[in-house]
Amino acid sequence: MAAAHAHGHKVKRYSGLMDWLTTVDHKKIGILYFIAGFFFFLIGGLEAIIIRIQLLKPMNDVVAGDTFNELITMHGTTMIFLAAMPLLFALMNAVIPLQIGARDVAFPFLNSLGFWTFFFGGVLLNLSWFAGAVPDAGWTSYVPLAGSIYSSGHGVDYYVLGLQIAGIGTLLGGINFMATIINMRAPGLTFMRLPMFTWAIFITSALIVFAFPALTVGLVALMFDRLFNANFFDVANGGNGVLWEHIFWVFGHPEVYILILPAFGIISEVVSTFSRKRLFGYSSMVFATVLIAFLGFMVWAHHMFTTGLGPVANGLFSIATMLIAVPTGVKIFNWLFTLWGGSIRFTTANLFAIGFIPTFVMGGVTGVMLASAPADYQYHDTYFVVAHFHYVIVGGLILGIFAGLHYWWPKMFGRILNETLGKITFWTFFIGFHLTFFVQHFLGLLGMPRRVYTYLGGQGYDDMNFISTIGAILMGIGTIVFLINIFVTWAKPRNASNDPWEDGRSLEWTIPSPPPEYNFKQTPLVRGYDAWWKEKMEGKTAMTPAEPVGSIHMPSPSILPFIMSVGLFIAGFGFMYDQLIVAGVGLAITLGCMVVRSLVDDHGFHIEPEEQDKGVQA
Amino acid sequence: MKRLLPLLTGLVLLLTACGREDLSTLNPQGPVAEKQFELMKLSIGIMALVVVVVFAICIYVLIRFRRKQGDKAIPEQVEGNHKLEVIWTVIPIVLLLILGVPTIQHVFGLAKDYSKDKDAVQVKVTAHQYWWEFEYTDYGITTAQDLIVPTGKKISFELAAADVKHSFWIPSIGGKMDTNPGSTNRMFLEFPKEGVFRGKCAELCGPSHALMDFKAKAVSQESFDRWVAAMKAPAVMPADAELAEKFTSQCLSCHAVGENGGNSAPNLTGIGGRETVGGFLFNDEGGGVEQHLKDWITDPQGIKKGAMMPGAEDTGLTEEEIAGIAKYLAEYKLDY
Amino acid sequence: MSAHDHAEGHLPHEPEKATLDARNKILGFWLFLGAEVVLFGTLFAAFLALRHSVGDGPTAGELFQLPMVFGATMILLTSSLTSVFAVQAMHHHNKKSMVTWLIVTILLGLAFLGLEIYEFVEYVHEGHKFTTSAFSSSFYTLVGFHGAHVAFGVVWIALVIGQVFKKGLTVVTAPKVYISAMYWHFIDVVWVFIFTVVYLMGKVAG
Repeated sequence: MAAAHAHGHKVKRYSGLMDWLTTVDHKKIGILYFIAGFFFFLIGGLEAIIIRIQLLKPMNDVVAGDTFNELITMHGTTMIFLAAMPLLFALMNAVIPLQIGARDVAFPFLNSLGFWTFFFGGVLLNLSWFAGAVPDAGWTSYVPLAGSIYSSGHGVDYYVLGLQIAGIGTLLGGINFMATIINMRAPGLTFMRLPMFTWAIFITSALIVFAFPALTVGLVALMFDRLFNANFFDVANGGNGVLWEHIFWVFGHPEVYILILPAFGIISEVVSTFSRKRLFGYSSMVFATVLIAFLGFMVWAHHMFTTGLGPVANGLFSIATMLIAVPTGVKIFNWLFTLWGGSIRFTTANLFAIGFIPTFVMGGVTGVMLASAPADYQYHDTYFVVAHFHYVIVGGLILGIFAGLHYWWPKMFGRILNETLGKITFWTFFIGFHLTFFVQHFLGLLGMPRRVYTYLGGQGYDDMNFISTIGAILMGIGTIVFLINIFVTWAKPRNASNDPWEDGRSLEWTIPSPPPEYNFKQTPLVRGYDAWWKEKMEGKTAMTPAEPVGSIHMPSPSILPFIMSVGLFIAGFGFMYDQLIVAGVGLAITLGCMVVRSLVDDHGFHIEPEEQDKGVQA
Repeated sequence: MKRLLPLLTGLVLLLTACGREDLSTLNPQGPVAEKQFELMKLSIGIMALVVVVVFAICIYVLIRFRRKQGDKAIPEQVEGNHKLEVIWTVIPIVLLLILGVPTIQHVFGLAKDYSKDKDAVQVKVTAHQYWWEFEYTDYGITTAQDLIVPTGKKISFELAAADVKHSFWIPSIGGKMDTNPGSTNRMFLEFPKEGVFRGKCAELCGPSHALMDFKAKAVSQESFDRWVAAMKAPAVMPADAELAEKFTSQCLSCHAVGENGGNSAPNLTGIGGRETVGGFLFNDEGGGVEQHLKDWITDPQGIKKGAMMPGAEDTGLTEEEIAGIAKYLAEYKLDY
Repeated sequence: MSAHDHAEGHLPHEPEKATLDARNKILGFWLFLGAEVVLFGTLFAAFLALRHSVGDGPTAGELFQLPMVFGATMILLTSSLTSVFAVQAMHHHNKKSMVTWLIVTILLGLAFLGLEIYEFVEYVHEGHKFTTSAFSSSFYTLVGFHGAHVAFGVVWIALVIGQVFKKGLTVVTAPKVYISAMYWHFIDVVWVFIFTVVYLMGKVAG
């Protein structure tokens, strides 16, 4: 621990709004990620509802074709980058340091910077609605449609700049959590004793680190094409549109696993806790996760089977893609056999987790079907694909996130979410989900392309589209019930115990809910997998400490990450509207803050044992 | 397991003969779509098996191992089971092999190149926002929106886009292939039966992507030959000289009829006999071909947003002239 | 503040790894370099895909002057060596020698940048502008990204020198020296690839 001579520093501590703007505490940053991510989730959901209302009946005219394209583009982009990933980051921040017995992440300052860049990137992207120039080339933004000739307004500029800024935050998060998990584990917590969620986040973070830079390069090239007349993708000047597809999917396919692996981790924790059983086949689960991530980088071209890459490429990518089904299947069966012989308790969290298993299997098997290239010539870019990836992302990831939120809510906020409302959320959302997307498989097989703003009557699409829209509205109701649940729970006293589900297995359940600022008064000594469960089974009521009670060193709060992100936000607008002076000022703000951060040492502050006994709450 | 198989066969049978004959991938009307459908059935069958097994275990577990009220018992903490884990690793691999082998066969089978085949009909497809151009390179003719093909022959396509990326798809005849700007793709299709099949653009290409439909009309070889001859015959111009001049100056700067006119817009030769106006206004519905043409010439943007064609406001055509041109075009039918 | 001033004699042999905070930073920076590898890898891939699309502009073979680029390469490689000397000096707790080597590193970096700017200006005069062709866009983006990294490195090392002057060589400043050196080696390695893939292959195969 820090040497005793450094205790004298006085650090300014903020309260109220300034506390949230300056916090570097992973638990508070997790809450910020949750609020922002859920806010964008509501926006993306609203866009989805409008999309479904437009498709309620043939030749409907609620929105026109161009508005519809804006809606699908923003729905996809918002849901993936601004809702799903931040919600995952919320859970990562809230849980990972606790699961590994750490007092914070490796880089608290970067953690805060990551949140604020994501937030301002997302705000920038969504301001496009107010600027009247909304990205409309799909979330994949294929060129030349997204190039300056065919998207001459500023719409796609919002996409390239918003995602670049938000992407910085994601990359920082990935580096941070990898370093945290490698370096900050409690004594005795070896890699093969890590909780499955921590393993999933470790691998996810690695995927982020190695996938996001590819997207950044693609976005920079597209931005150069659009703003500075470069020729990366401009066919008339020797550019190559298929290059964009490759770059996008080299990032885009690992991104799918960035989204789903954390959900796998959450499900592993929830299922194991609520069946009072050790996770079945832990080591094969770890191996499967690593293998999925590795294969995830080798299969990007299965998004491009109809691009015309030729039979050799199509064949290879078909087989590589099918291989991913094997480790994924291992995971499914391991979950089922974790439940097998267990004592299953149907909390809301567990309902979501159990609902996840068959739903995700359905999404997975359509994935294998899509992997067969010649059949994909029929499925590609139809509603079959829409159904598939919503089964994986909503049926997989979003159910996983809901499971995780209900499960860790008491740890994050000190209150258990209302179970009755939770179960209403689950059933409306779950039934709504299957109503919405199950029929879409058949719409695709019957020849309905995706991304169409309308369809002619009499093609056999009418009834299924109607059902799909009803389902979407049910999902919306489920989400609103969840929102109500948050407020209802908020009004209740903060009374969750350390281990509110009573069957907690990992370290986060050994400390108060919510934990004090420093998490662990004494770093725990880990003696095996399922560290807390092991102690409980041996009749202990607390972990064995690995250190004596002492003064705890904490990082200081800082407003710099917020200001740096504002700088990037300003620079984004400057680039977009060709005001290079504004762009320069924005970048200067950001770089200036970096210089300040480099020059002024952060000595942090200490929390003394007397203060710890008073209980410093987060 | 044995009881499941008939169930699965039933499910697969249910899929066949599903949807419109001229539109559904589940109701294939040509050998290419049939091969793809076989692969789809095989994969659906295998996957249905997987789904049934998982669902069965899942339901059993959820019923059998529910926690009783107040049950404090701690279940046995099982670490894993090697035998089981080998089983659920090996079985999926076997299932994937069953799917993988025909996949590879068809990947190469469907990639055969008939561009040098003398017996195949060569068609160069150029996708535009939001219409389809079909050039028959061996015959030196070009048409738009209605792809006319002879039955029984291989049709060898060369695909490209003139502006943004599109994708060429006739679901009941065969899977899609993208049309990329700046490079060409190849594919072939076969039409064993006469009939009209619906084609679609499958890649987001702008605000009117949803309306970028076309039709593939398969006719007998004799009929096809007659059509080629009629396409090559001298163009029929409007009888009224004044109208003919207006038509030439206003329409033929971009469109063409027969040997006259430009090539930046759909070829109009024989447009009166086509299935649709604009790719999706069926001429056997609504006001019929003449009314559709009149509406289209008056306000193309109102029908297909983002279409390149200027409306009456910009062309300055009077209502009377539009009516005349629409009538002329509606009556311009090829005999084949 | 005096509490933080470690007498230099009490520093461990590898002062950059003395604290958990510093070990985190070094590990985090390695991970960041991993991301940078993907970044440059993608830029290289784009360049390789587009390098023959010269349009009306000059080709790589017509454009590149290998002697000058070779000179720039030597300058940058030497600067990598001098930054190794700086880290060695740090391990011997020799602040003065360390700072000297860091300054030499910066000067070499500036010389490299000067040559690169001169090179770019020449190319523009020869009709090889950013917007000329797909080749030119991808060339300037790849090489320019690297140049921006060098410029960033120069400013960074300068700031580190300033801090060492102000605060001395401590367990806080040592990791900064070490990490900036890691960064400097990385951009050197990238340059070796640029020299090979862009210039040599351009001259030979272009």
